Amino acid sequence: MEQMIKLTIDNKELEVAKGTTILQAAKEIGIEIPTLCYMHLNDMNIEHKPGGCRICVVEVEGRRNLAPSCNSKCEAGMNIKTHSMRVLNARKTVMELMLSDHPFDCLVCAKSGNCDLQTIAQNLGVREIHYKGEQSTYKVDYSPSIIRDMDKCIMCRRCETMCNDVQTVGALSAVNRGFESVVAPAFEMDLQKSTCTYCGQCVAVCPTGALTEKDHTNQLIRDLADPKKTVVVQTAPAVRAALGEEFGMEAGTLVTGKMVAALRNLGFDSVFDTDFAADLTIMEEGTELLGRLSAHLAGDKDVKLPILTSCCPGWVNFFEHHFPEMKEIPSTARSPQQMFGPIAKNYLAKQMGVKREDMIVVSIMPCLAKKYECQRDEFKVDGDPDVNYSISTRELANLIKQANMDFKTLPEEDFDNPLGESTGASVIFGATGGVIEAAARTAYEVYTGKTLEKVDFEALRGMEGIRSAKVDFDGLELNIGIAHGLGNARKLLEEIRDGKSEYHAIEIMACPGGCIGGGGQPLHHGDSSVLKKRAAALYREDEGKAIRKSHENPYIIKLYEEFLGKPCGELSHKLLHTHYFDKQNEIEVE
Amino acid sequence: MAKIKLAKDKVEKLIEICKSFNNEGSELINVLHKAQGTFGYLPAEVQEVIARELGVSVAHVYGVVTFYSFFTMVPKGEFPISICMGTACYVRGAEKVLEEFKKQLKVPIGETTEDGKFSISCLRCVGACGLAPVVTIGERTYGRVSAGDVADILKEYRN
Ligand code: SF4
Ligand code: SF4
Ligand code: SF4
Ligand code: FES
Ligand code: FES
Repeated sequence: MEQMIKLTIDNKELEVAKGTTILQAAKEIGIEIPTLCYMHLNDMNIEHKPGGCRICVVEVEGRRNLAPSCNSKCEAGMNIKTHSMRVLNARKTVMELMLSDHPFDCLVCAKSGNCDLQTIAQNLGVREIHYKGEQSTYKVDYSPSIIRDMDKCIMCRRCETMCNDVQTVGALSAVNRGFESVVAPAFEMDLQKSTCTYCGQCVAVCPTGALTEKDHTNQLIRDLADPKKTVVVQTAPAVRAALGEEFGMEAGTLVTGKMVAALRNLGFDSVFDTDFAADLTIMEEGTELLGRLSAHLAGDKDVKLPILTSCCPGWVNFFEHHFPEMKEIPSTARSPQQMFGPIAKNYLAKQMGVKREDMIVVSIMPCLAKKYECQRDEFKVDGDPDVNYSISTRELANLIKQANMDFKTLPEEDFDNPLGESTGASVIFGATGGVIEAAARTAYEVYTGKTLEKVDFEALRGMEGIRSAKVDFDGLELNIGIAHGLGNARKLLEEIRDGKSEYHAIEIMACPGGCIGGGGQPLHHGDSSVLKKRAAALYREDEGKAIRKSHENPYIIKLYEEFLGKPCGELSHKLLHTHYFDKQNEIEVE
Repeated sequence: MAKIKLAKDKVEKLIEICKSFNNEGSELINVLHKAQGTFGYLPAEVQEVIARELGVSVAHVYGVVTFYSFFTMVPKGEFPISICMGTACYVRGAEKVLEEFKKQLKVPIGETTEDGKFSISCLRCVGACGLAPVVTIGERTYGRVSAGDVADILKEYRN
């Protein structure tokens, strides 16, 4: 049995398990102590407590020094004050010191209003900074997805924990010492040259404006104002389950209709759904899966299994950098974003009578890796990107605020057709396990020729980092693996590399939770219940849909009849599939 | 895909060093120490090989290399000059001495002159505070150095 100890916090007596930190104990009785460097990701078993910033100090009776509550354990009989005069003064001093070398451009900082450093400084009532520190002037690093402005870094090193421990990418490390220290890629090279996957998880946990996404909203405003341009938009599944949070709505509120209304108000010519393209992805990826599976079962030794999903560009970057020797295993199907682009610019543009160069395709994504993906050369025709650029959920929220819309009271509107119609299968793409469930629904019916009685594959759902399930295809048992978070993906990849993998198909998503936990989503501050609520919202939307299997989407059927021919056919290969590159540094021996 | 070039014997030597520490990531500092002992410095290529052998990220290796002032990424000069920047030396004008070295040799801290003769680095207190400001060149120690002495000191090594 757990040993319990008694102590007093702010005159309240309580009992906690031995080993509990003062911070956790205070939380149990509803006392919030400010923290900056501390980060607790409950579902991922990650507790980052370097104890460096000291903003969380409390007074322990009888002790000379204040104690950092995030990494001090409770002891029996302790009498703790979390907001005595001494504590508040100390926190204020700590904050002033942190701000003494901080650039004073809060008003125009991308993180303003969403910045923990700013909020805590405000709450502490810091009105003056009594210390004048030397200002650091580190070069700002602009990558296609992420901007690093290390002058705003407070060296909490939360980003490092995300990148190294959760994602196992290892792109970031604290370098140099003392005043010169920053968090940077190897040799302080630009992020773009490093092994970064642009998953954006570091951005998602940075408490300051040191790490932010590359903002495309100004570009978008310019394009919307240009009468010569036809601007169409696609919105990813995970956005609708999180956007509301930016407007004070409860996590897990579905705001699909309001989001469509807001986009229309902003002036988009058509508002479409990436879900349509997700249905298309299932047609292509599912056909590829069945093709590889049948060949494998027929004894073709050249056909490799498992097949891995390829709809997450963060994951694609990961294997290109870290497992290039396995780049033939993932499906060649493009991500839904990159399927939507060529369909819009080659099929829809013709229908609308718009020239390719006059059409701007924008995507709203929970994701920062998608920004980079838009720029990949394979996804351009004569220099014109299939998807011009992508905007994160957070950027969309800012844009709606800029346009002065009262989001909560917007009417519910429907997507435009033909690229706005989608099935329940595509909606769940946004949550871990959703892609493979959607694929199973279609692959089952195509493979067996029978109608699926129950479309819900509950065994594939959940939040465990690595999951496996068996799916019965009328006597053929398929082993399905699911991993989210790149650290988990790495484990499955190592199994495959070592010849130990028993899976037929594996779904991989770079972000913990899948896209609902993407690097471009509203910040969840480590609270994984937010992710669960977002996932539940997507499964609710799936359940409410009349059509829940991708191959039954009438507009998908029409698209194949009118334009594409058949899944994995010639035109599909040209427009909807891709190939991968070896991006690992090679050590050449001279 | 960037290529990293390194001579074959160097790669082999590095692999051997890493192996002598069982390719353990936790032995990174010792591996770096040995590698620097062997090559004199730790260029990027060497760090890449070490990272791969030990299964740690290059960013981490670089982080460690830049944290300890003992490690260097550029080859030291034939005559490495170290200027003590400890408190005693500092208050007695070490900074002026440093500036004079930089001016005369036309290289910043941590770098080596083009002819490979001199390199400049700073040290924490070397424990000779009575002689402050202190400069060491190779094995030799100079005490009570002033900016005016710098030209004469360098002359000793120049021909
Ligand atoms: S970049 Fe952000 S998350 Fe990383 S150490 Fe600096 S402040 Fe912390
Ligand atoms: S975007 Fe992802 S891979 Fe890149 S530095 Fe951040 S956490 Fe690491
Ligand atoms: S999991 Fe989703 S949000 Fe994260 S990198 Fe992949 S596609 Fe982007
Ligand atoms: S939050 Fe406790 S020391 Fe930073
Ligand atoms: S401070 Fe220079 S020798 Fe002590």
